[in-house]
Amino acid sequence: MSADNNEVLISVKDLCKHYNMGAIKALDGITTDIRKGEVLVIIGPSGSGKSTFLRSLNLLERPTSGTITFEGIDITSPSTDINKLRQKMGMVFQHFNLFPHLSIIENMTLAPTKLLKMSKEDAEKKARELLAKVALEDRAKAYPSQLSGGQKQRIAIVRALCMSPDVLLFDEPTSALDPEMVGEVLDVMKDLAKSGMTMAVVTHEMGFAREVATRVIFMDDGKIIEEGTPDEIFTNPTNERLKTFLAKVL
Amino acid sequence: MINMLSAGSRICLALPTWAQKIHDDFVLNFVNEDRYMYLVKGLLMTLEITFLAVILGVILGVIAAIIRSTHDKTIKDMRPGFGKVLLKILNIITNVYLTVIRGTPVVVQLMITYYIIFASSTNQVLVAVLAFGFNSGAYVAEIIRSGIMSIDNGQFEAGRSLGFNYIQTMVYIIIPQAFKNVLPALANEFIVLIKETSVSGYVGIMDLTRGGDVIRSRTFSAFMPLLAVAGIYLIIVIFFSKLVSVLERRLRNSER
Repeated sequence: MSADNNEVLISVKDLCKHYNMGAIKALDGITTDIRKGEVLVIIGPSGSGKSTFLRSLNLLERPTSGTITFEGIDITSPSTDINKLRQKMGMVFQHFNLFPHLSIIENMTLAPTKLLKMSKEDAEKKARELLAKVALEDRAKAYPSQLSGGQKQRIAIVRALCMSPDVLLFDEPTSALDPEMVGEVLDVMKDLAKSGMTMAVVTHEMGFAREVATRVIFMDDGKIIEEGTPDEIFTNPTNERLKTFLAKVL
Repeated sequence: MINMLSAGSRICLALPTWAQKIHDDFVLNFVNEDRYMYLVKGLLMTLEITFLAVILGVILGVIAAIIRSTHDKTIKDMRPGFGKVLLKILNIITNVYLTVIRGTPVVVQLMITYYIIFASSTNQVLVAVLAFGFNSGAYVAEIIRSGIMSIDNGQFEAGRSLGFNYIQTMVYIIIPQAFKNVLPALANEFIVLIKETSVSGYVGIMDLTRGGDVIRSRTFSAFMPLLAVAGIYLIIVIFFSKLVSVLERRLRNSER
């Protein structure tokens, strides 16, 4: 894929996350690069550390050791202003985490107006454009509790986009959805991928991984077991553990 | 005086004796020498002290709640340094404040504030506002803290993931939701405070209770003034309870 030639956006070196003084190794020496424009899909059995890995990328989990470099800045260093960097790393959660006390448009404009100092008009204009892209412009004044799960997740995605991030992190974005709503969220993510957005996605949607990913990582026991193009991972898996996993989920 | 007596005896002809007694009692306690003004002025004083104390209490309570919950939530993951030491010290101060205030009677706190801390001050209202405000703050703190703790951690992570720092996440995302969740408990605290200010008389403030008591000491009749005082408290408490339930319904509707 062409993404291979692009510059490295996030560089992860020997990342470890230990609990109970090292008795539990949620992450055990992860090293990988995420390049601009890449759609990285992380798969693996539950408890394999894939969510922990994704959440480490914007320091929602503090790694025990190892470094993460984002746009040339070591974000694990104590002197780094992580809040500034998080503005450029959007995140979408399994449970949407929309702010229930704010309307949809307020959910989307809160961060841009407070953090990027955008004017209310500009922020709302941008928010409405994004809402139109996910076909929810008529729900701008609604509150999160009035929306379906699929709609909430689409809003969560555009809320992250309002900050114009350089990368979007997806933590099992469709796992909490009713089956008939999974498609609408995946469609939005596919459009994003086509537009060249850099994405790191933890998911159980193998169809999505196969179709959209530029690279797939298979994790187990806190380690990267296998890494490659969707073809290499899904069509010709060589690793035994990967084969067992795929046999269960496909 | 003569006029009034003759007026009384004229009505005497029309009323049975028990009603006449109540009438006389009423005139004696509230009408004569405009004694009802003790109650009116006392009520205004009670409301003034309560409102100002509630504002102070909520401000103190929110600050104390933020310190306590920040400490409980983040101290384990904090890197050693100035921030961690500062947070620990603030947490200790807050804990001492909460323990002392909640462990001693409000009337003792009021007297300590008036006779010791502000012994040179003649502004009794200010003293009462400070004493009741600090007292209420301790209870509000625990109410707000339970509200903060009840908010799903995902809300917090969503705020942080957008780039808000800890305080901004608290102010824009967590506190508004926590506030809504604890509104009934906060309103209850306000209602409790209205009644608690009835000990203001201990430091010579003419609040509602003291007003009734003054009438009693002038007329040597306890029945009317004390029942009137109780009735006024009751009406005010019912009024504010209603107001709060309306407000609560409004807030809930905003999410539907």
